[in-house]
Amino acid sequence: MSATASARTAPAHGATQVLPPKFVARDLNFYYGETRALTDINLSFADRSITALIGPSGCGKSTLLRVFNRMYALYPGHRATGEVRLDGENILAPTVDVASLRYRVGMVFQKPTPFPMTIFDNVAFGLRLAQRMPRARAAERVEAALRDAAMWDEVKDKLGEDARSLSGGQQQRLCIARTIAVQPEVMLFDEPTAALDPISTLRIEEMLQTLREKYCIIIVTHNLQQAARVSNVTGFMYMGELVEIGPTGQIFTSPRNRRTDDYVTGRFG
Amino acid sequence: MSRRRVRKVGNAVALLLSAVATLIGLACLGAILWTLISRGVSGLSIALFTQMTPPPGSQGGLLNAIYGSVVMTVVGILIGAPVGILAGTYLAEYGSASRLSSIVRFVNDVLLSAPSIIVGLFVYEVLVLRMGHFSAIAGAVALAIIAIPVTVRTTEDMLRLVPQGMKDASTALGAYPWRTITSIAYPAARSGIVTGLLLAVARVSGETAPLLFTALNNQFWSKDLGAPMANLPVVIFQFALSPYKDWQQLAWSGALLITFAILVLSVIARLIVSALPGGKARR
Repeated sequence: MSATASARTAPAHGATQVLPPKFVARDLNFYYGETRALTDINLSFADRSITALIGPSGCGKSTLLRVFNRMYALYPGHRATGEVRLDGENILAPTVDVASLRYRVGMVFQKPTPFPMTIFDNVAFGLRLAQRMPRARAAERVEAALRDAAMWDEVKDKLGEDARSLSGGQQQRLCIARTIAVQPEVMLFDEPTAALDPISTLRIEEMLQTLREKYCIIIVTHNLQQAARVSNVTGFMYMGELVEIGPTGQIFTSPRNRRTDDYVTGRFG
Repeated sequence: MSRRRVRKVGNAVALLLSAVATLIGLACLGAILWTLISRGVSGLSIALFTQMTPPPGSQGGLLNAIYGSVVMTVVGILIGAPVGILAGTYLAEYGSASRLSSIVRFVNDVLLSAPSIIVGLFVYEVLVLRMGHFSAIAGAVALAIIAIPVTVRTTEDMLRLVPQGMKDASTALGAYPWRTITSIAYPAARSGIVTGLLLAVARVSGETAPLLFTALNNQFWSKDLGAPMANLPVVIFQFALSPYKDWQQLAWSGALLITFAILVLSVIARLIVSALPGGKARR
């Protein structure tokens, strides 16, 4: 199966520029010890577009996401074969410095994970890892990131407070701001709204629309409506395989594959 | 009797037995505390904190012993805490699944329950015999060896309580493990680790056996870490066994003092723990 995403953004979302793919996976297989979790994944992700990965629990979508920033490398026995190219460079190569890769490929997790420090320091954390910078410069970057995450006005007067005192939705937007501050090229979202209330979810979806103008965004979600609302391209995964990938409108209205049709119409999953 | 009735009676018996056992335990504790207080209070005076341990038959206090206990405990913790915290960090963060870790963890548990007199003998053999005399530093080392396993255990447990997601988020931002540990895990586990250290202090400050073989005792004021140093546990041991009434009184007062100090430390540790889950977080 070698379905390849169209690099064109879906007409429903306006812009129709053609860009070279940002991320390309070729013959990607992934193993948890002896168990194969991903089978022959071939796909590409366009820059400045949102790709949603959907599929039932255990289908491998989160696993796939964790390959893109090599998070799996933390655990012994987890390994990936094949290649994943970011702007042409194979990130699975052993010579790749994972820290530098993670500056370029940011990730937001399902549960908000504010660090035990102030709001300002949370956002500045990644910045300071990537490079030494004077406080004034860091302050600018922090403000810009918080603006992009649409929460500057909410927190500008309490940057010195403990980040854990924020509400759940604010904490998650803070985590997104923290990722934005590093100015990555790609942002991975692993079910970013699964632990949030509808209002917070809405705000994050709105933010995603803004972020799309700057980043290559890949989002894993259980929520089909969310995929339909926010993404340009949708990929359906099942049992470790990429079943079908295409413009979001097409996947939800006239999928080519029977299993995709069954899933998006709620017959299973 | 019906089955139901048998169960009811069984439950009542179990309840009674555990209540009695609890009462016996509490009664022993109460008796010890009462004896300590009733015998120790009469010896409490300014002199206790301002004068040296006296020869039999003359006035005196416990100043040199109090000072020695504080110094050796502090030096012992200063030696033991870094070792214990770093070892606990290795167990929790770096080598959590490695074979070495499971061995270290096992050995640490053994050390945790090892009789302290063995630690005393070990330091006697390794330090005291080589130096040729008893010394405060040998005492501090013995106390450090007792403090280490407690610290290792609490540090590991507390670091494990830090949500993996928080550590993953730091890693995903490009942090190497040491950065994640120092900037994220330690601050998140800080109150737990501090509590562990306080408990180690409490444990160590009442130890007698290891000090008998290492710091021994000193009748006089001494600030020299290379020389024998007075300390509360050994003074209590010596004075309590003596036939002199005034020495016995000092022993009681010293025992009350040390018990009270440990009580205060434990209460502080508990207060910190109760404020623990999530630290300052609201949710």
